[in-house]
Amino acid sequence: MAKHKTPLIDQLETGPWPSFISDIKQEAASRAKNEKGLDYQVPQDICEDLLGVLELSYKDGRTHWKHGGIVGVFGYGGGVIGRYCDQPQMFPGVAHFHTIRVNQPSGKYYTTKFLNDLMDIWELRGSGMTNMHGATGDIVLLGTTTPQLEEIFWELTHNMNTDLGGSGGNLRTPSCCLGTSRCEYACYDTQELCHFMTNHYQDELHRPAFPYKFKFKFDGCPNCCVASIARSDLSFIGTWRNDIRIDQKAVKAYVGGEVPSNAGAHSGRDWGPFDIQKEVVGLCPTGCMRYEGGKLEINNRECTRCMHCINTMPRALRVGTDKGLSIFCGAKAPILDGAQIATLLVPFVKVEEPYDELHELIGNVWDYWMEEGKNRERVGELIKRQGLQKMLDKCNLKPIPQHVLEPRANPYIFWREDEVPGGWKRDIVEFRKHHQR
Amino acid sequence: MAISIDEQAAKDIIVEALKGKKGKTKFYLKDYYKMLPDEKLMDVKRLVNQMVREEILEYWSSGSTTLIGLKGLGKQHATEEDE
Repeated sequence: MAKHKTPLIDQLETGPWPSFISDIKQEAASRAKNEKGLDYQVPQDICEDLLGVLELSYKDGRTHWKHGGIVGVFGYGGGVIGRYCDQPQMFPGVAHFHTIRVNQPSGKYYTTKFLNDLMDIWELRGSGMTNMHGATGDIVLLGTTTPQLEEIFWELTHNMNTDLGGSGGNLRTPSCCLGTSRCEYACYDTQELCHFMTNHYQDELHRPAFPYKFKFKFDGCPNCCVASIARSDLSFIGTWRNDIRIDQKAVKAYVGGEVPSNAGAHSGRDWGPFDIQKEVVGLCPTGCMRYEGGKLEINNRECTRCMHCINTMPRALRVGTDKGLSIFCGAKAPILDGAQIATLLVPFVKVEEPYDELHELIGNVWDYWMEEGKNRERVGELIKRQGLQKMLDKCNLKPIPQHVLEPRANPYIFWREDEVPGGWKRDIVEFRKHHQR
Repeated sequence: MAISIDEQAAKDIIVEALKGKKGKTKFYLKDYYKMLPDEKLMDVKRLVNQMVREEILEYWSSGSTTLIGLKGLGKQHATEEDE
């Protein structure tokens, strides 16, 4: 018998999709039974009370959570987000309901043992409820009390060899796509770079350094599976410098219908025979392809790495061999001032240990932002406020045409007086020799 | 890299500056930069974080931003739970 009557949220179970209400009820029932005979360290009815407070919120049309506070583990300024219920008498089980962010493994590869061990800790010391994964990529453990925080932290770091993620004015948990581990499009080893950066900048992850949040994300190719270009302050996207590799025989196989396009992804219904002109050449955003006489040609200088042709005919077309990454800066979600997509900073850099060029750029961006950024101002907003040119100056980067094309943050790069021969002054006599009044 | 003046002197400057503030008890990291204007920002950040480990200061986090104040001042656990 449920502790609270929940007619409103019960409706969320009636749809055809999986329901988180059913999941919470399942965990509530499991905790009530306690088949493993655990000595629960947080209230046994925490899931019941969570359903209760959610029902009340649906009834009232307002939240009953307060967030923020002096919760955390010793020496860390992030990783734990304090949450308190503002109706603790009614719902004592969720009076304290802190969230813990745990650094996910690169590419989100788990062993069953890791997941079992994680749940052994979390069923004992927390609500048993998780969010796999939060928007930033972390493993999110939902709902525990203050005394359990240090215990959980000790077990995660000592027994499971993992660490808390980022929150607050910190570097947030870096995240990456699965990269070269499974994907032939990947232009660099995203997991390696993500793991390296997570360790290298660990202090910035755990000890507040910035005016606001700062995110790194690593995408192996321009398909951008972790959407770094839209969701990270500094986005590392794999790319290549030379020509797309074409296997003309395989192109013919696609045209002849021997190989299904899009690697068979659209096999749900019959879309008719594959039409290379309509589905590939005609959709190229820069019009840099042609298919004539059974031969596919690409004007690679005009290619913007949109990936469409490669995605459609993966067996025939492959990314180039001279691989590296592009660095973009300043994306953010629409909390203030609307969403922004990242703007290009560095068109190409080789990915080679010890990543000196990347460290230098990261250091310059941070120095600039720490100095000029206002409190709670993202780096993308700073660029918008002061102009991309200032960012380029601070990063010791020369303006290039790509800096003023879409996606644009600032359409103009101005010459400075010291960059122009003779400065702004001109010899009027010399000028009049060529130009009448 | 370290702070250019004596570390203890720098800590004293921060503590004095915080004690002198009226009303607010918790501040952005950026406010600490202004207390030691001649130092590198990363060095001030390291010092402030060290003072947290020494339990002179403490963090307050909303989840999205972090504030730092003198330990024990202002809103504490008890009031946040039961206010």
